[in-house]
Amino acid sequence: MKLLPSPLVCRDAVELVSDYLDGTLSHRERRRLEKHLAQCVACSAYLDQVRATIAASGAVRHEDLPSDVVEGLVNLFRQYRSDN
Amino acid sequence: MDDAELLESLLGGDESAFSELVGRYHPTLLTVARYYVGSGASAEDVAQDTWIAVLKGIERFEGRSSFKTWLLRICANRARTSSVKEHRSIPVDPHESGPSVSAHRFDQGGFWSEPPVPFTDAIDARLDNAALVSAVRDAIRILAEPQQAVVTLRDVKGLSTQEVATVLGLSEANVRVIVHRGRSRVREIVEEVMKGSKL
Repeated sequence: MKLLPSPLVCRDAVELVSDYLDGTLSHRERRRLEKHLAQCVACSAYLDQVRATIAASGAVRHEDLPSDVVEGLVNLFRQYRSDN
Repeated sequence: MDDAELLESLLGGDESAFSELVGRYHPTLLTVARYYVGSGASAEDVAQDTWIAVLKGIERFEGRSSFKTWLLRICANRARTSSVKEHRSIPVDPHESGPSVSAHRFDQGGFWSEPPVPFTDAIDARLDNAALVSAVRDAIRILAEPQQAVVTLRDVKGLSTQEVATVLGLSEANVRVIVHRGRSRVREIVEEVMKGSKL
C-alpha cells in the first residue's frame, strides 16, 4: 500500500517557499505544498510576499558609483595603456 | 552594448568601454570581495586588482565562459588569497539552524497564530512598486553575511545558484539554504517597516 504524504502545517510550509519559487522542490514536495496553499490563506499571502520581495530585489539598482571611484579606475586604465 | 561588444572595444583601447564595464560590474565585485575580506579598504583593493588583472589578461580571454563569469572568478580568487593573508574566516550563517519565521508566530499545532501582515494592497498588487523596492534594498543592506552576498548575487544581480556557489566557494545546497533564509529575513524586515509606516 502506498503511503499518502502527511499534510503540511504552516510552520513547515514556509520553509519550502523559496525552493518552490526557484522550481527546485521535488514533485512530491511541490504537490504537498500546493495542497496546503490551496487551503491556507495566510501561507498563500506569505508566498506572495516572498515572491514580491524577490521581484523587488531584481529591481534594485546599485546607486551610480561615486565619480572618484570611476575616475580612479579610468586613470588606472590610462596608466596601463601608457605602460604597455 | 552587450559585454562582448564592450570587450571588443576595450581590446581596441576604448576608454569609454572600460568605464561602462566598471559601471556595470564594480558593485558586484565589491559584493564578492566584501564576502571574503569584509567591508573596507581591502574589498576596494581586491576590486581594483581585479580590473588590473582584466586589463593584463584580456588578450588571453578566449570567451569559453562569459565575461561576467571570468571577471567574478578572478575577483573571487584574489579575494580568497587576500582573506587567507589577513587570516579572515569565511562568514557562517548565524541563523543556520533556526526557523526562517519566528516560532512565536505559530501555535502549538504549527499553524499561524500571527499571520503575515499585508505589505498594503498597493504593494501586493504592484510588484514594481518603488516603495517596496526601496524597503527591500534597505533590508538587504542590513543582512548579515553570508546572507547579504548570497541574496545580492542571486536576487539583485540575477546569478544562478550554481554561479553563486562557484563564486563564493559554497555548495549549491548551501546557497539554496542561505538564499531561503536571506529572503525570509528580507520579507520579515519589510513587514516590520510596512507595519510601522503603512505606506
